[in-house]
Amino acid sequence: MNRREALFSLGLAAAVAPLAAKGVKAEELNGFPTATAQNPDHLPVPARRGGEYVVLRDETDRNTVKAVFDRLIPADDHGPAASEAGCIEFLDDQLAGTYGSGAALYLEGPLDPANEEAIMGMPQFLSTPRQRYEIGLKALEAYAQTTDGVAFAALSPDRIDEILTGLEAGEIDLGPEIHAGAFFELMLQNAREGYLSDPIYGGNKDMAGWKMIGFPGARYDYRPYIDRRGEALNLTPVSLIPQD
Amino acid sequence: MTIERPKADVVIVGLGWAGSVMAEELTRAGLNVVAIERGAWRDTSTDFPPAVDADELKWHTRRTMLQPMSVETTTFRNRMDQTAAPVRNWSAFQYGWNVGGAGTHWAGMSWRFTPWDLQVASQTRERYGDAFTDSLNLQLQDWGMSYDELEPYYDRFERIAGTSGIAGNIKGEIQAGGNPFEGPRSRDYPTPPLKDSHWMSKFRETTQNMGYHPFTIPAGNLSQAYVNPLGVNMGPCTYCGFCDFHGCGNFSKSSPQACILPVLMRRPNFTVLTETEVLHAVKHEDGKTAKGVRFVTKEGEEGFQPADVVVITAFQMDNVRLMLLSGVGEAYDPVSHTGTVGRNYNYQTCSSVTGFFDGEHMNPFIGGGALAVQIDDFNGDNFDHTGLGFIGGAGIMGYSTDGRPIQRMDNLRPGTKRWGSEWKSGYARDYGSNGTIFCQGTSMPVRDAYLDLDPTYKDRHGQPLMRMTFDWNKNDRDMCSYVTDRAVEIMREVGGSDIIVDNQADKSWNPYMQTSSHTQGGAVIGADPTTSALNTYCQSWDVHNVFVVGASAFPANAGYNPTVTVGALAVRAAQAIHQTYVNNPGPLVDA
Repeated sequence: MNRREALFSLGLAAAVAPLAAKGVKAEELNGFPTATAQNPDHLPVPARRGGEYVVLRDETDRNTVKAVFDRLIPADDHGPAASEAGCIEFLDDQLAGTYGSGAALYLEGPLDPANEEAIMGMPQFLSTPRQRYEIGLKALEAYAQTTDGVAFAALSPDRIDEILTGLEAGEIDLGPEIHAGAFFELMLQNAREGYLSDPIYGGNKDMAGWKMIGFPGARYDYRPYIDRRGEALNLTPVSLIPQD
Repeated sequence: MTIERPKADVVIVGLGWAGSVMAEELTRAGLNVVAIERGAWRDTSTDFPPAVDADELKWHTRRTMLQPMSVETTTFRNRMDQTAAPVRNWSAFQYGWNVGGAGTHWAGMSWRFTPWDLQVASQTRERYGDAFTDSLNLQLQDWGMSYDELEPYYDRFERIAGTSGIAGNIKGEIQAGGNPFEGPRSRDYPTPPLKDSHWMSKFRETTQNMGYHPFTIPAGNLSQAYVNPLGVNMGPCTYCGFCDFHGCGNFSKSSPQACILPVLMRRPNFTVLTETEVLHAVKHEDGKTAKGVRFVTKEGEEGFQPADVVVITAFQMDNVRLMLLSGVGEAYDPVSHTGTVGRNYNYQTCSSVTGFFDGEHMNPFIGGGALAVQIDDFNGDNFDHTGLGFIGGAGIMGYSTDGRPIQRMDNLRPGTKRWGSEWKSGYARDYGSNGTIFCQGTSMPVRDAYLDLDPTYKDRHGQPLMRMTFDWNKNDRDMCSYVTDRAVEIMREVGGSDIIVDNQADKSWNPYMQTSSHTQGGAVIGADPTTSALNTYCQSWDVHNVFVVGASAFPANAGYNPTVTVGALAVRAAQAIHQTYVNNPGPLVDA
């Protein structure tokens, strides 16, 4: 079976009533389940391609995050800029899903921000990544309008770098509702995730991020190579998207 | 409405490694076993095939296979005078979230503990004297049994799990190429060791030349095809580098799915309830025994599973928490120094040393979860501690576990900016040309490091979360500092430049900064009921039909990964239950 057929058959299996989804009561399993099938939550869910943005619907927000991402990962000899590699689509898709809604996070109060930051060594939040972007991007735009009198996206690359440097160092205040340093870290994390994760999630177009560092991607068998000592293997990267 | 299920001989809480081993032994002995697992059913061939597994974002970054914090988390503080805060985001803790538990996503480092690890208190007194031992201010205690008593069960678990490696000591005879410091084994590993990566071969050659004793670490990543004693087939590891945090669709990584469940599920006297969470055990009126467990289904219906024997084999934290929520044993109080449940919490003291090698091709994407060369010359009590002021040590390994690009994006030469063109050129330069030495060290218990129920924060069922009070103690810090210096010497000798040292113990502990997920203790075994919650068969001293198996049982931690010791304790406890306990219910050891 080639890769396309493998993915296709897995997709079919997921479409047929999977084990976990059919349960309305606790699953009592006696004997090896004969109807085992790929569970939908274990399949990669490709990013939506084309069409409207789901979270980053506001054009100013989208221009702001693009301006930030393209300074975090600019176009140069090592590859395209973040937005050229699909990182904005990646971010929108991630924020529209369980990551954006903070499904995995413990968000119960009470929250004593100072105590939690002191104990945990980093700030803690009751808001989700999606909410943090919604507030944070508006705050960045307001900051640019106040300090420079123009839209954030209209700032020069050097000025954006200056602001990002200030955010990273915790020297810029974006207002009481937002922890500026943590928002910088969130954006940096997501921009680089989009540049380095499998292209099936919308970023890393043409596997540009993987080519930059020499990572061969979604290969799963290196037995032919492990005995080769210190050689440049120059393996062409492959992704979870069928190419054959 | 409460569902009351038919009575079972044994109910097992949590179907990870310990629960699966336990269920296999008990059903083979003819007992009727019901296991209750809060995660879902997951299969090797359908859920983790190679076309799905090689996905860093999904499995490692987003941790899709792990139990979310929203389901259950821990609160944490360094000291008793602080207010604990909940761990809100992904951190060092890695609870399993499916049938197979943490045994599905672990890396596969398959260590035994050494004879010294099980008898830290008595052997330290014997070798270094009372004055030195007392000066450490530790809460040292023995495990209540020797390595030799545990050896047959180690052997059984290694055979079931499938373990590749090279023996260093067979029945007291030191073997060339193995770890000369390990305890005597009854026989060699089931399959030969894995191959070296380029970085491992550099580490091996250098440490050999320095007079140390490098060996390939034991691995639940199989080096060749293998059929385990249950008749289950496993395949060879492909060095794909997507191992820990990931499943394995090649049947190459030891897991309950691959090694036990295919056989266990076909036994008519075994039933598993999935996506069902045990709230607590329920005791009889007299408080001397338990009559079963209360559970809640995914739909929120409560139920009761009656059983003659209750076996708790959940994650380490949950084992302790379930004992506290069930009133099995007395809660530990560090002030009055009474009670045992929550006592002797310990962790794993780690550091790493990374070096850079101009123009070399390490090909870091070639890896296995348990692919490493180690020296044990500075682990445990393998070196003379006279005058050092601490006990314990660490295994020092050169490893090739993964080359995941998101995980490594900050693994750059010191001073490199984390964004912009400088980051891009830095990552292009450094991704393939560095090597890391990892020191995995012991952790010793102290009086005020413990677990109890949090007074404020609750889980989704309204039950209190576990509260952890912990910081590195002086012994752990001094040990880690000493061993890290040895790792730096090795890195210099092997030729790495721009060396980065990350000594976890040189700052206060917090769960977001850890490079180890090895959380231990809190429901520990021992020979003395005033200092241990369980006897060495993992049986509660107070409620004799409750058995609790997991890393929660370790009174101190060794410089090794916990899984194989958990497995050995599970085999031993299971055999004690079906060979002795069911015929004559009562304490297996006199208090």
